[in-house]
Amino acid sequence: MPKHTFKVNGRRVTVKVDDDVRLLWVLRDLLGITGPKYGCGINVCKACTSHLNGKAFNPCSVPVGKIGPDDEITTIEGLADTVGKDLHPMQEAWLENDVAQCGYCQPGQIMAAVDLVKKAEKKGRAITDGDLDSIRNICRCGTYPRLRDAIRDGAKGM
Amino acid sequence: MNHQIFEQSRAPIELGRRRLLGYLVAAPTLAVAVRLGVDTVAPESAAAVVPTPDGPAEIYDLNDMLTSAAMPTAGLITLTMKTDGTAHFALPRSENGQGIVTSTAMIIAEELDLPVDKVVVTLADARPELLFNQLTGGSNTTISTYIPIRTAAAIARGRLLEAAALQLENVPVTALRTLKGMVLAPDESLLSYASLAKAAAVTKSTQVEAQLKDAADFKVVGKPYSRTDARDAVTGKKKFAMDLKVKGAKPTMICRPPTLNGKVKAVRNRGAVLKMPGVTHVVTISTGVAVRAKTFGQCIDAIRKLEVDWLGGTAEGVSDADVLAELKAAEIPLAVPSLPNVPGTVQSVDSEFTFWFASNSALETNCAIADVRSDRAEIWGGLKSPITAQQKIAEKIGLPVDKVKVHVTLGGGSFGRKLFFDAALEAAEASKAMGKPVKLMWHRADDSRQGRVHPMSTARSRATIVGNEVLAYEQRHTSVFTDFSHGLGEIITATAADLPVGDIGFSQTVYSLSQGLHYNFGATTQLLNEIDSRFNTSSMRNIYSPNAAIARELSVDKIAATMGKDPYQFRREFVRTDRSRAVLDAVAKAGSWGRAMGNYQAQGIGIHNEYHGFSAALVEIDCRPTTVNRDIREAVTGPRVTKVVFAVDVGLVINPRGLEAQIMGGIMDGIALTLTSSMHLRDGYFLEASWDNYAYTRQWNVPFEVQIILVPSASEDPGGAGEFGVASAASAVATAYARAVGKQPTEFPINHGEPLHYKVKPQVPPIPQSPRNGLRAN
Repeated sequence: MPKHTFKVNGRRVTVKVDDDVRLLWVLRDLLGITGPKYGCGINVCKACTSHLNGKAFNPCSVPVGKIGPDDEITTIEGLADTVGKDLHPMQEAWLENDVAQCGYCQPGQIMAAVDLVKKAEKKGRAITDGDLDSIRNICRCGTYPRLRDAIRDGAKGM
Repeated sequence: MNHQIFEQSRAPIELGRRRLLGYLVAAPTLAVAVRLGVDTVAPESAAAVVPTPDGPAEIYDLNDMLTSAAMPTAGLITLTMKTDGTAHFALPRSENGQGIVTSTAMIIAEELDLPVDKVVVTLADARPELLFNQLTGGSNTTISTYIPIRTAAAIARGRLLEAAALQLENVPVTALRTLKGMVLAPDESLLSYASLAKAAAVTKSTQVEAQLKDAADFKVVGKPYSRTDARDAVTGKKKFAMDLKVKGAKPTMICRPPTLNGKVKAVRNRGAVLKMPGVTHVVTISTGVAVRAKTFGQCIDAIRKLEVDWLGGTAEGVSDADVLAELKAAEIPLAVPSLPNVPGTVQSVDSEFTFWFASNSALETNCAIADVRSDRAEIWGGLKSPITAQQKIAEKIGLPVDKVKVHVTLGGGSFGRKLFFDAALEAAEASKAMGKPVKLMWHRADDSRQGRVHPMSTARSRATIVGNEVLAYEQRHTSVFTDFSHGLGEIITATAADLPVGDIGFSQTVYSLSQGLHYNFGATTQLLNEIDSRFNTSSMRNIYSPNAAIARELSVDKIAATMGKDPYQFRREFVRTDRSRAVLDAVAKAGSWGRAMGNYQAQGIGIHNEYHGFSAALVEIDCRPTTVNRDIREAVTGPRVTKVVFAVDVGLVINPRGLEAQIMGGIMDGIALTLTSSMHLRDGYFLEASWDNYAYTRQWNVPFEVQIILVPSASEDPGGAGEFGVASAASAVATAYARAVGKQPTEFPINHGEPLHYKVKPQVPPIPQSPRNGLRAN
């Protein structure tokens, strides 16, 4: 059985599992990191959105064999640590706007939002309605208007 | 989103002759128990125009049935005070995002005079002795628990004061008061609830009468409060069923048939699949072939490898066009004959609509954990009818009911789906067959295709008018059978004798009790007929109302147009109550009704009354070709709702922030039902297998502006909120769309007949493989 070593939320981990098992199941079923959620398994709903080396990606669609020893994965559980605080500004904005309803999609929403804001910042501009329209993460509770407000607020704190 | 909260009216609660009783229960620390159940019947009087007598829903609605069903039989619910100063309460309901844990904590905090963060509300395990009273549905939670929970908290506070008086000696109880978890003596000395928790306990259970706080003194109820689990939700700490660690419970998934409800005939390669990496068990159960493995990914691999021969399903060869033909044939005829459209004479205004199958699939797919042993079983799941689940599971695995423990976990959305317990039943069956604990989860493709659906239906209406008067209004709803076998059926059976609608069957009862009369349209009849039980159905958020409201409000626009009247002014004139008129006026004013709109853009308006409450929505829609044809990959774009103004009067509001959240979600549902989301049935099989197939509202469909107005209420009792946003929003989107394109649509969603926007996924294997290109795709 192949061994895989990489970093998750600042901690080095090693798992023994076949190369082809998608990272989502390695995180959830083997490492017990349950912040990233299953919503479809085909990179559509985006409920598992996490960061690989600081960029958003969907672990449901990445075989663990493609993750190298130098790769750093950040899930919602490790987001606050990336800014050295109890909460990331985006999480603060989520609380401020009381965004979550059932909360199932929200870890993925927050991780996607942080990435979206970073991308806009790189282009040197603020978040637009067009940026918000491009988010594919689904929220079946329909928290979208508060999501949009929170992303704009969170961007100010980032 | 804009927020607008009017100061709520604070009429003192008139509890009249209700005696509010509870029990101080013998326990190590203070414990108070009360019964669930409260009487809340408030008939409304009719207004002018051609009056329409009260219908069943005005006299006694679905919520009254749910609450009164509980009264004679309800068990006790218990509030306890711990020595760390926290109050604990296990709510016999299911939380799926609707905010009832938060609002319940607020109600307890208010009456007990304790900070909200010192109130710990958990979800109760299945409690069979509560009989009908553990069903979460019909937006009934707050309506049925508000007074009982306050009663318990008030008795607890009273007892804490008594205990303090005893400790302080020579100080009468009347000289003491409470403040945020403390008892204050006249000399300013303080005794914390924590220090009194033991002293306030009783050794012999006794009945006591509660004195509730005057609503004018409310400090917590009616003020916005954020969800108590918000921090857990944003940090990944919130645990849903599949996040729980139960010893030995390994991932389990089911290989399902290529037709609805097909059964396994034979598994051809069980041995080969058992040898696949990670796979521990492969067993046939009543709904398919269950596979248990080390990871869910390995379950997916195994299911895709399984070679299964299937027996036929329940709807083989049937497509939704066939179902439509059946429904049309089953429509109950309209009573008043059709009359020619000649102005000045008695005329008919007729409408016909089709509502295609829709999905109530939540983001958390059907799932449950089961640990079934030879002599006992334990189940974990987000269950809205845990008592019925417990009974059915016990029956399925052949154990006495009291040997099956059912834990209610926090749910990842319900929308009606979690009224049933399909995954819990399967998990129990699989765990028994495998002799191991299982963590059973449905694949998204199954959850969408094989999961329960909102039944397809048709609506017909006929208004009989003369000049500016409506003499009669008839509406007929014809639907595929709605499954209410999750416990609501037993409630209806139990209360049948008391219902004003007589013995007309479960679905008809729900329809009659939920479809209130909205307008003074003379003789009004609203009837339901249901046929065809081949499909897996259940209630979907707001049950019949979104479809019924779309049909009614489009018909109202048509009647207004026939009379040459403005849609808003017409509604103002004909609505039956002042509360209805107040919400209409609120949206018309805040939404600048009648403002000039460009080509292919329009405003629309719609109302809906239910759950002892009143609502109205004003919608602006953009149907310009540049908007409709905007291109987003694998998405339904189409007309865009650009603005929604929604006014609601639900009576007493416990948590305005939570109510706004529920209305906002309801608006998103209303947009989807009207414009984008339906299931396509082809040859006995639903096609939609992912969130890019079933087009629920996505960010590119979201209005840029949503304004929710909480209108001051004339009622001091709380109403229902969880489903209330859907119907009037859906109907206002429909009327806006009709006005923008100059023609009323006749089917919903409006895009159902268009070519599919996606490539249909295969039926065999039943679930798609996860991609491997996730590093490139982003």
